[in-house]
Amino acid sequence: MNLEEYKGVYVFAQQVDNEISSIAFELLGKAKDLAKDLNTEVTAVLLGSGVKGLADQLAEYGADKVIVVDDPELKDYRTEPYAHGLASVINKYKPEIMLVGATAIGRDLGPRVSARVATGLTADCTVLEIGDFPLQAVPGQEQLHNQLLMTRPAFGGNTIATIACPYNRPQMATVRAGVMQKIEPVKGAKAVVEEFNPGFTPDNKYVEIMDIVKAVTETVDIMDAKILVSGGRGVGSPENFKILEDLAEVLGGTVSCSRAVVDSGWKPKDLQVGQTGKTVRPNVYFAIGISGAIQHVAGMEESDIIIAINKDADAPIFDVADYGVVGDLNKIVPKLTAALKAEIAAAK
Amino acid sequence: MKIVVCIKQVPDTKGGVKFNPDGTLDRGAMLTIMNPDDKAGLEAALRLKDQYGAEVTVVTMGLPKAEEVLREAMAMGADKGILVTDRVLGGADTWATSTTLAGAIRNLDYDLIITGRQAIDGDTAQVGPQISEHLNIPVISYAQNIKIDGDSVIVERQFEDRYHVLKAKMPCLITALSELNEPRYMTPGGIFDAYQQEITVWGRANLKDVDDSNLGLQGSPTKIAKASDKVRKGAGEKVTLDADESVSYIVGKLKDKHVI
Repeated sequence: MNLEEYKGVYVFAQQVDNEISSIAFELLGKAKDLAKDLNTEVTAVLLGSGVKGLADQLAEYGADKVIVVDDPELKDYRTEPYAHGLASVINKYKPEIMLVGATAIGRDLGPRVSARVATGLTADCTVLEIGDFPLQAVPGQEQLHNQLLMTRPAFGGNTIATIACPYNRPQMATVRAGVMQKIEPVKGAKAVVEEFNPGFTPDNKYVEIMDIVKAVTETVDIMDAKILVSGGRGVGSPENFKILEDLAEVLGGTVSCSRAVVDSGWKPKDLQVGQTGKTVRPNVYFAIGISGAIQHVAGMEESDIIIAINKDADAPIFDVADYGVVGDLNKIVPKLTAALKAEIAAAK
Repeated sequence: MKIVVCIKQVPDTKGGVKFNPDGTLDRGAMLTIMNPDDKAGLEAALRLKDQYGAEVTVVTMGLPKAEEVLREAMAMGADKGILVTDRVLGGADTWATSTTLAGAIRNLDYDLIITGRQAIDGDTAQVGPQISEHLNIPVISYAQNIKIDGDSVIVERQFEDRYHVLKAKMPCLITALSELNEPRYMTPGGIFDAYQQEITVWGRANLKDVDDSNLGLQGSPTKIAKASDKVRKGAGEKVTLDADESVSYIVGKLKDKHVI
């Protein structure tokens, strides 16, 4: 493998139902930073059926070039045709870096493709930067420059590791949704669009989609919320979430929850914050009746302001809260809602 | 039907985490359990065995101590256990782990391979799909329901906002979610039997069609540059006040920060 041949930062531009997923824009934002450090370009790889029209959107979010693989076999996500499509793009265009979202699609596609093109893959990264490997020069070992350094949590957030892929290309990473920042879209931006079709011949690895069952949900995506009012087991009952909903409404926020609440069947999984739920970074995160297990903290600690209310003064949530209030949420939260309502009315 | 289940002995993350000087995990120094997603995968295999009849073989790669999870699996009802252990396999990343397990599985007959979605130590979710690629068979990740239909499997595959009902011809690899089921307990008779049975131990020499350059620390494309305990931003203020004062405190902070 001649590593020098591999150039450019590539992003898998995930789309579902011909709508680009937010993670693709987030990856483009990060890819732009990396490409600047490497003095190279950002390429989005768009796979699907009838998706060429989406290329302009990718340009607006930072893609210099868009490679479109358009084929009826790619209509809905299936591992094999998508792996074939992406691996073929990698083999033909030879990217230096290939970023994929750590979504239910990306965490299936990424490993399959990395195994096919025989390179390493670092999962669920939270920080990506360009640097040296080894980090410090070691006698007797060549220090390589311009490497992708991929930082990720492990052990449920107990530890953090920085990984490099120094001798194989592309350097592949999956990145958690909600971690990287998208750029302000540049209206009217255009990218070089190139169409490529490696040919899709169904074989034993093509599975058949017999049915697609979409979850019926009216809720807002908690990852987009600026203010989250999050409840844990301490809220006591599904009915009592009403006091959190009232608080959220006054602030124009959204209610989310901990895993214990989902496991108890009080709230649906798409409202769950944490390691096995979603990573959120709102301006304000209220942790109400949440003890703060490390798996929960991993999903919310990047919030700008964390306010915790808990009756247990020793709850670990107070270790990450900017403002911790030890007390009874049933007394404090309704009064807080009323006080904020009065403040906001007075300010108008 | 023959089912191979890949399981992993993992550190119980409730205990402490310890590292070797090279940044890899000091697995010998930590308390261990059977990885939860793998246990769900094993349970799924045992239910297929109950329903359709099957021979269930569990395979693990690890230190000699990993024999413990094989015994546990056999006490739950697995028929055979294979431990893949060898000094040269140590320090493997997901690529080298998947080439190793694929090399072991090539010696076996199988209709179905089941792995857990991900292990609680690395959380990568990579090894299952990578094994399927090395073996050139289809993969269905994130399975929340598994049925057999003749020579095919029908699986509900979970996504964030939907699930797909997928049909794949066997042989096929499935990765299981811990939500898939509630794993059964070991039975006293099962525990007794499990300790009577032989565990097959394989080393490097038993791996089929695998090049040395794809094994162990040396054969791992990803390299650890740095590993450490996570540094958190640290606690802020903590107050204990009555309800009205608590409210004033929070409102004051929200005003200071221009939230309201």
